[in-house]
Amino acid sequence: MNQLNLDHAHAAIEFNKNEPRVDWHDETLWFVRTKRDRAVAQLPEWEQLREAASQIKNHVLSNMHDLLAQFEENAKRNGITVHWATDGAEHNAIIHDLIQKAGATRMVKSKSMLTEECHLNDYLTRHGIEVIDSDLGERIVQMRKEPPSHIVLPAIHLTKADVGETFHEHLGTEKGATDPQYLTEAARQHLRETFLTRKVALTGVNFAIAETGGFVVCTNEGNADMGAHLADVHIAAMGFEKIIPRAEHLGVFLRLLARSATGQPITTFSSHFHRPRPGQEMHIVIVDNGRSRQLGRPDFRNSLKCIRCAACMNTCPVYRRSGGHSYHSAVAGPIGSILAPNLDMKLNADLPFASTLCGSCSNVCPVKIDIHDQLYKWRQVLMQEGYGPTSKTVSMKAMATVLESPRLYRMAGKVGRGVLRFAPVTVENRFNPWYNQREMPEPPAESFRDWYINNKKA
Amino acid sequence: MTTREKILASIQANQPSLMPLPEQFTFTSLFPDLTKQFSDSLAFVGGMAVVVPDYKAIEAHLKEHYPALTNVATTCPELAHMADVILDVADPHELSGLNLTIIEGPLAVAENAAIWVDERQLPHRVVPMITQYLVIIIRQSTIVANMHDAYKKIQVDTTGFGTFISGPSKTADIEQSLVIGAHGARSLIVYILP
Repeated sequence: MNQLNLDHAHAAIEFNKNEPRVDWHDETLWFVRTKRDRAVAQLPEWEQLREAASQIKNHVLSNMHDLLAQFEENAKRNGITVHWATDGAEHNAIIHDLIQKAGATRMVKSKSMLTEECHLNDYLTRHGIEVIDSDLGERIVQMRKEPPSHIVLPAIHLTKADVGETFHEHLGTEKGATDPQYLTEAARQHLRETFLTRKVALTGVNFAIAETGGFVVCTNEGNADMGAHLADVHIAAMGFEKIIPRAEHLGVFLRLLARSATGQPITTFSSHFHRPRPGQEMHIVIVDNGRSRQLGRPDFRNSLKCIRCAACMNTCPVYRRSGGHSYHSAVAGPIGSILAPNLDMKLNADLPFASTLCGSCSNVCPVKIDIHDQLYKWRQVLMQEGYGPTSKTVSMKAMATVLESPRLYRMAGKVGRGVLRFAPVTVENRFNPWYNQREMPEPPAESFRDWYINNKKA
Repeated sequence: MTTREKILASIQANQPSLMPLPEQFTFTSLFPDLTKQFSDSLAFVGGMAVVVPDYKAIEAHLKEHYPALTNVATTCPELAHMADVILDVADPHELSGLNLTIIEGPLAVAENAAIWVDERQLPHRVVPMITQYLVIIIRQSTIVANMHDAYKKIQVDTTGFGTFISGPSKTADIEQSLVIGAHGARSLIVYILP
């Protein structure tokens, strides 16, 4: 069943039908979380680094206008063309136009969650442009016509047998082959040919430096570099929040990013682009797509501090047991659940509820975003704006009426205890979501109030 | 109003009042032996560090490690006689057949085995990724403790491109199994000269 058409809770039910697979998914992500913990434990200054990163990002949010203007000026001086896009549609049109101007019909792309957010691949494909994702995980899910399920590990929901089958179909590898070394080699050969033949390459941006007008792209595979350095046109797409003031601040962020993401001390390549190579064109597309609106929400603007490490996903008990696709959003997990309602409140009203509010996400966040507080606050906003599910709205209203009146409350308690005792079937049935995974409680013989009145007399 | 003006105006209207940058954002890492720390970090990320006295030793080690390899290139004058192809080509696509490339790194970082290279070391930007096997030669005296120290020493925009390379290219995208040799080099040996 296509999980993307369901709300989170129902998609999670689908995901949980295969229990061994859910356990495997859970353990795989927890393994990544433990790698992160080991890396973090090696730095005594970890908490100070997080604080520094948080404060730098707080400054960025408060000085966004000037930093972007400074970045643009310096980037232009460096020979980079700067484009601005209000929304996904404008972003897609700008990129399409650049591809057409280059006389190309094919493009190679390294990982960019922004292009996922803007549905760039769909748009370009509809306009006759072939896009090949070059990150191995992204290539795998692209072949399967699925979106990434994780921002750092796009194919984390798939087993090596799944990948083997996909590669057998698309790359002609041996049927039944599951050796990751063999499968990766097949992808390497296939994508090398792609890198060598594409005139246009698109990359994401991890950090854009206002002071120098350049940007940094981090990968382990080297795919962003292979694409960009061999293409005539390099397009880099960035949400405007990727800006940092100065190059020396990269010391903080590059120490935090890979350790938080995968437990590596740094990614294999941290590439700093400042000028196009001779004969090359370099473009940056700076995208708003709702970010300036989020910047204006005091309770939620901190979500824009995110550096996309995915530590919050790997640690989240709900993400690990429901899978990235159940979030039906380019960015899944806790951070996705506080970003998505800003993009479309109605469509993503379920996501802030996909959390136990345990707070683990906030504890691992390298830039100290108060993720679980924001999840809680989004719930308030969504209910007030009328995006709560009807069943919940009605039952909450009924509960408020009961709780407001001592007489009604006492009566409801009595009825409840009676029902649980004499007609348990009225609550112990599949229409009661509380009963689905739980035993109903043993009803007490009397309420505390009754007990108190009786014992006080005695 | 252009899109640019619209976005900037919206940001101006919505951004909170100015918050200061933190006073402390650099930290000191105390490693008793920077060379050892660098070597350990490199081993952790899948590369190999070899401490050597001179270029002769590098040549001997390379010949043993990669016997009879062709399509070898280097930017290092001391090892120029080992090369059978040149890096100074007009079009970087011509480098697709590179097997082994030996370059020099001006700065290395002990905490994560990252080595900075920019266009002063790279005849083409794609060299350290497109080659099948990569060798970087560094000097012991250029190893710094951590990334804060590194950014104090380098100017990121001296040339149009620069990158920190930490180990060979790798991926764990298939079931979290680490595979060395994704799209960039399949191996990295770093020789550390005195």
